[in-house]
Amino acid sequence: MTATTTTTTLKSIAEETHKTRSRIFGAAFIVIAIVTYWLFANGVDPALQSTFGLNQGNVPAEQRLPDWVVPSYGTVALLAVLSAGIGGYQLARGFGRYTNLLLGLVVLMFIFSFLTWATSDKSINLAGMLRTSVGAAVPITLGAMSGILCERAGVVNIAIEGMMLSSALMSTLIGSVTGNLWIGLLAGLLTGAALAFVHAVLAIRYKVDQIISGTVINIFSTGITSFISAKFMQVYQELNNPGTFQSWPIPILSDIPIIGGIFFTSNIFTYGAYILLFVIHVGLFYTRWGLRVRAVGEHPKAADTLGINVFRTRYINVVLGGMAAGFGGAYFTLGSVGRFDEVMTAGRGFIGLAAMIFGNWSPFGAFGASLIFGFADSLASKLAILRVPIPSQFLLMAPYVVTMIALAGLVGRVIAPAADGQPYEKQ
Amino acid sequence: MTTLSASPIKTPSRWSRIVQPLIIPALAIFTAFLVGSIIIILTDLAVLEALKNFLGAPGAALSAAWKAITTAYGSLFEGSLGSPARMIAALQSGDGEAIGEAFYPIGESLVAATPYIFAGLSVAVGFRCGLFNIGAEGQLFIGAICSVWVGFTFKGLPAIVHIPLALLAGAAGGALWAFVPAILKAKTGAHEVINTIMMNYVAFRLSEWLLNGPLKRPGSANPVSPFIEQSAELPRFFPDPIRFHMGFFVALGVAAFIYWFLFKTTLGFEIRTVGANANAAKYAGMNITRNLIIAMCLSGALAGLAGANEVLGVNHNLANAFSAGYGFDSIALALLGKSHPLGVVLAALLFGTLRSGSTRMQNVAQIPVDIISIIQALVIAFIAAPAIVRAIYRLRTAGEGEGAVFTRGWGK
Repeated sequence: MTATTTTTTLKSIAEETHKTRSRIFGAAFIVIAIVTYWLFANGVDPALQSTFGLNQGNVPAEQRLPDWVVPSYGTVALLAVLSAGIGGYQLARGFGRYTNLLLGLVVLMFIFSFLTWATSDKSINLAGMLRTSVGAAVPITLGAMSGILCERAGVVNIAIEGMMLSSALMSTLIGSVTGNLWIGLLAGLLTGAALAFVHAVLAIRYKVDQIISGTVINIFSTGITSFISAKFMQVYQELNNPGTFQSWPIPILSDIPIIGGIFFTSNIFTYGAYILLFVIHVGLFYTRWGLRVRAVGEHPKAADTLGINVFRTRYINVVLGGMAAGFGGAYFTLGSVGRFDEVMTAGRGFIGLAAMIFGNWSPFGAFGASLIFGFADSLASKLAILRVPIPSQFLLMAPYVVTMIALAGLVGRVIAPAADGQPYEKQ
Repeated sequence: MTTLSASPIKTPSRWSRIVQPLIIPALAIFTAFLVGSIIIILTDLAVLEALKNFLGAPGAALSAAWKAITTAYGSLFEGSLGSPARMIAALQSGDGEAIGEAFYPIGESLVAATPYIFAGLSVAVGFRCGLFNIGAEGQLFIGAICSVWVGFTFKGLPAIVHIPLALLAGAAGGALWAFVPAILKAKTGAHEVINTIMMNYVAFRLSEWLLNGPLKRPGSANPVSPFIEQSAELPRFFPDPIRFHMGFFVALGVAAFIYWFLFKTTLGFEIRTVGANANAAKYAGMNITRNLIIAMCLSGALAGLAGANEVLGVNHNLANAFSAGYGFDSIALALLGKSHPLGVVLAALLFGTLRSGSTRMQNVAQIPVDIISIIQALVIAFIAAPAIVRAIYRLRTAGEGEGAVFTRGWGK
């Protein structure tokens, strides 16, 4: 077989798989449409209405937006038809490279149908719920950014959780002792960086399996934070009272109706996450630095041949990743409740890891995944209020399940950097 | 994987063959305790007070530090193994109650070591096949759920049927939970580390829901399951405060079985070959997929047994978050035990002892039990990076591959 025919065969195989995938997506959209109708419209009294509140916080009376009232049955039915339409077009023609975007849209319509059904004949504060979703998404996003920084350079980081936890403690402790939130935040960043440095030394210099090294940091962090908390912070309450960063609405942007209140009326952690998001995205994909980092993560030997210092790149990225996790950790205390409790991160670091994978190791993908996961989080706490017969635990499982599905390639396969997790040996 | 002797010319003596592999683990444990004592000293208020005047009275600071260490480790020792003086006194008095009290700590240590044996074996079996089962915690939860369900649902069974049935249910539950990542790994190549982490959290939420719903004890305000039938309880050997139960011997039996399975059967050989070199195994005609799935399910079954053991032997019911990190600690055990069943049993005895002694240390010396986690983390780090230990103690470097832990990325 000549080289040309091999290429052609490969190409046609690739096209064939592409077509099959495209059809699977189309069929999936139609199935979602049917499920939407069957679950959320079937048997709902057409006279019922769903009420969504669009104000959150104390909005002066003259600025209040009227509630958004929609007919429950009609809305769900319309959304189901739309999904089916998208599915039909996908089957017939295909959306090509916009398929993933459409998948997002269909999922969003499914979620909104669910909300409409759940609030039929009731009302829910949609704006407030979206705001808490963004709040819940902040630490997840920061955790995912930490993972991206490390793994794009080829170092697996499952220690995000531990770094966050340690940083949450140190930022509280130092913030309380110095009475200065900014110094506390700095301490949190440095704690994340220090643990990340340990991870880097173990993984890069000693070539320890990166998962073991991450586990070491997780166990150590759980131990040391609970130790210090039990020994000092529960005894001397003044060591556990750093205060919190106040909400600081961004001028102009925060005045945008609805959106302003959801995205731009928050504290520095949320804005920090936005900035990091853009910086990492631009940095990774549009700068020389990013090209080098990705080369190190995909093919370190080739990068080394071209004169890129693989070890130094990895060290720097892992430490930067640690700082991102440290920033996320400080959110739990300085950005949210203003005190440290044992194992308070409660697996958020691992959800961050999941968001990174679900977002295919890209900053905006991870942010989107974090928003969805954050939404699931805030929806779960609302289910009881809405008296929906779905246990909230199942909603909280969703992030993990969809990550496994994405990783298995059942929907929109995600692919890790090729050299992720492999120590580099200079020859 | 025996170590090469220090000198390539001399043939290794029997003595050095036994001692050589123990040097690194022993030094790792020793160093971890050393670092632990530094943490204890630096967080001791009396020491900190004395340190303020270190230049004036250095002796005071040193003696305070010494006192902190001896109180801590002394109470740890007494809490885990008991006080020798009290044991002798009790034996001499011949008073049954006093004897029970004196030997109570040892019993508790064995009780704490039992789930560690199962969970450590679980991770070790995975390691042998080149799999990193970081999901022992979740499998343990599912195992506990299944065995508690069997324990309280079936009534009127004789113990000889009920106990094995409940244990098997636990093993099956754990195996099922591990099967999902296994099949995903075999069929799609999805990395088992990510999937077992995800399965952990699914298991936590699932058990939370079950304990608040279908499995909730009727009339209880807390999320706990009903008590299991007496016929499903693993028998205890001593009167009440001593909880030492048959699970310990089951664990030893299972460890022996795993040894036999891994080293004396064809399937065990295949699993180890796949772990050592998947390409070679494939070339030799072994079925990689099948071996991966079997090893992972066996690993899950062992973790499930750890959960079943806790439910049937110690708690007799299931409460939320009952496990307290056995699944993650087991990674330390497997590494410390070099993934060998005997090594795992010894490591489990050590950690079980530490764990049960740490409670007394907290009460007597006001040192939080979490110091044990810190020491465990350090032990893993030193075992996984023997070069650090060698550098500290100026040991000669050993032959290639010694102490090296397998490494694979999840990129492919």
